[in-house]
Amino acid sequence: MVCTFKQETFREDYTYSNSNEAIKRFPFPFPEDKYMYSVNIEPHVKGKEGSVCEFAFDVDEHYVSECLDKKITLQQDPGRYQALPHMMDAQWDFLEMTMDALSQDYPQHFSLKKNGAVWTWENKPLGIKDTFTFGDSSTLEMEPFYYMGSQVQGDFVLLDQRDETLYADAGVVTSQADWSLAFNAGMSWREWHGPVPLATELGVMDRALKYLLNLQYSSPVRRLNWTMTINPRLDTSPENYPYWGGDRNTVNAENVGDLVHLRVELQTLFRLPRSNAIMFSIRCYLISLKDIATYPRWAKRLHRVQKTMHPDLIEYKGMTKFHPLVVDWLAKFDDGASLDVGTQPE
Amino acid sequence: MSMIDVKVAAVEQVTPLVKHFTFVKADGSTLPPFSGGSHVVISMDIGGRVHRNPYSLMGSPLATDAYHISVRKQEHSRGGSVFMHEHVSVGMPMKITYPVNLFALAKKAHKHILIAGGIGITPFMSQIADLERLGADYELHYAFRSAEHGAFVAQLEKICGRRLHCYIDDQGKRLDLETLLASQPLGTHVYVCGPGSMVTAVLETARNLGWPERHIHNEQFLSPPVGEPFNIQLAKSNIEIEVPADMSMLEAIEAAGVEADYLCRGGVCGRCELDVLESDGAILHNDHFLTDTEKVSCKKIMPCVSRAKGKRLLIDL
Repeated sequence: MVCTFKQETFREDYTYSNSNEAIKRFPFPFPEDKYMYSVNIEPHVKGKEGSVCEFAFDVDEHYVSECLDKKITLQQDPGRYQALPHMMDAQWDFLEMTMDALSQDYPQHFSLKKNGAVWTWENKPLGIKDTFTFGDSSTLEMEPFYYMGSQVQGDFVLLDQRDETLYADAGVVTSQADWSLAFNAGMSWREWHGPVPLATELGVMDRALKYLLNLQYSSPVRRLNWTMTINPRLDTSPENYPYWGGDRNTVNAENVGDLVHLRVELQTLFRLPRSNAIMFSIRCYLISLKDIATYPRWAKRLHRVQKTMHPDLIEYKGMTKFHPLVVDWLAKFDDGASLDVGTQPE
Repeated sequence: MSMIDVKVAAVEQVTPLVKHFTFVKADGSTLPPFSGGSHVVISMDIGGRVHRNPYSLMGSPLATDAYHISVRKQEHSRGGSVFMHEHVSVGMPMKITYPVNLFALAKKAHKHILIAGGIGITPFMSQIADLERLGADYELHYAFRSAEHGAFVAQLEKICGRRLHCYIDDQGKRLDLETLLASQPLGTHVYVCGPGSMVTAVLETARNLGWPERHIHNEQFLSPPVGEPFNIQLAKSNIEIEVPADMSMLEAIEAAGVEADYLCRGGVCGRCELDVLESDGAILHNDHFLTDTEKVSCKKIMPCVSRAKGKRLLIDL
C-alpha cells in the first residue's frame, strides 16, 4: 500500500526512478523464453497483495508525478482528449467506476460520498474536492471522462459496441507507445489493428474481438503488452516524435542499461453498465534494463526473448536501431541455465 | 460465471398468460445499473435439474433498487415458464446472472422504430426509458392478439404518449410494415422482438426496401428444442454423455459436472460455441449465431440450442 508519492519527471531531466519495492512488483511480461502474439487475455481478478493487479486500478509511488505529466501533455495538446457526443453515458459510467474503485481500495487517499445523485469526491494526493450531480455535466467544470481520466494513472479509451465491432469513440491518451488518438478516434477494431504485423494472419485479432463483444459487466479482463522506450518517457506519441524519436540514436554500449527501458502496458477491459460501452485502460510501467538486471532470473529471460525476437516485431515496436545493443548488454547475465515457466522475479 | 443472489419481491398476473416478477437483491443492497435492451439468465431448480432461461429486464435502467421481468406461459414449455408461473412466489430466493445486452440501441441512430409482438414488448420497456432520458426520436409499434393480451399498455401510454401505436389483432388493426418502413428518414434504425413470423417479416421487408443490414436489429431467444436423445463424447474430459430428449446439450454437459462457457443460452451470443472434432451424423443447428458456411462445415456447434443425430459426436471440451 503506497503512503508516499515521489516527486519526479518523465521528460527533460528524467528524474523518474523505481524504488526497490516498485522493481519487485514490476509486471514482467515474459513467462517463457520465446515471445509471439497470442490472445493472452485473462480475467482481471484480484491479484496478490502488493501486486499491480491487487486492485482494479493500481495507484503506485508514481501517482502524483504521473498525473502532473498527464496534465502538462493535455495542456500542450488538447487533442489528446476526444469524446464523441454519443459517449456521454459511457463518460458517467467511467466516472462512477473509477470513483467507486479508488475510494474503496485506497480510502486513505480518496473518498466518495453519495447523497442521492449529489456526490462529493475528494482526491487528497492531488488536492481535489468537488461536489456535483451525477449525470448532470453542467455541475462539473469539465466533462466527466476528462475529470476522472486526469486523476487515474494510464490511458483510457471508451469503445462503443455496434455493428458487431468496437469503435474507439472517446479517449484520454497521454502515455501511448507511438499511436495517436486523434488518428484512431472513430475507427473500428479492424481499422486500428491494421498495422500490427503477424497477428492478423494468426487470427488473433478476430478471436480477441469475438471474445470482447461478449465481455460481461462484473467480469473484466486483462492482458500485458510491451515495447521498449529510450528514457523513462510517458509521452512517446507520434505528435511529439521530434522530441523523443532521436533519442534512439543516443544509445551506446556504455549507457544502454540506463537509457533503455522496458515499457509494459497492463491493459484492462471493463464492460460499462449503463452505456454498454467497453472501457479499455492502458497502464504504462517503465523500468530500466539495469533495474531489471537486479533480478538475474528476469535478465536471463529478457535476454532469451530478445535474442529470438521476430524481426518484423522488432521493426514494428521501433527497436531496430538499438536492439542489438540490448541483446549484447543482456548476454552477460545469461548463463544458459534453464528457467521454469513464470514471470516471478526470483 | 458470477451470479447475483436475489429474492422475489412481487409477482403480478398482467394478462391471462403473462406474469410480472420483481426481484430485489437478497442482501438488501442495490442491483447493478444496466443498459436498455439487457437481459439476465435466471437459474431454476426444477426437480433437482437446473434450468436457465434468459429474460429481458424491463423498467428504467437507472432504477437499481429492483429488477423487473415478465414471463409468458409457453404452451410447449420444457418447464421453465411453467415453473416461473406455478412455483415462483414472493420471498423465494433465486440466482440470476449479471445483465448482458445483445439488443442494444444504436447510439448514433437519428431515429428508432421499435416493433414488438406480444411478450416481445419486454426488451423495449427498458429501451424506451433510455430513449426518453436521451430525448431521442422514436416510435413504438406494439401488436397483440386482443385487448386482454395487451400487457403494459396503460404504462406505455403514460411513458410514450403519441409515440405509441397499438395494433390489436381481433379488432382488425394490422401493422402495415411496408408503409411504416418505406416512409422513414435516412439514419433510422429498426428493432424487432416478437414471434418468429413477425421477426422474419420485419427483416425481409426492411431488406427488400434497401435498409442497410446494420440498421436492422432483432432479438429472438430460442428455447432449446425438444428432440431425439443422442450421445456425445468429450475429448478433454474423456467422458461420454447422453443428451436426453428434453434437455439441451449444454444442460447435459453441465449436469455431468463439466464446466462450459455460456451467456445467453438462446442461440444468439456465441459464447458457448464448441469445436466438433469428429461426427458421423448430422448436426441440427438451431442457433442464430453461426454463419451458413460454418453450419454446413459441421466443425462447430452451439450446445445451448443445437442437437445432433448419429452415434458419434466428439467435442473439444
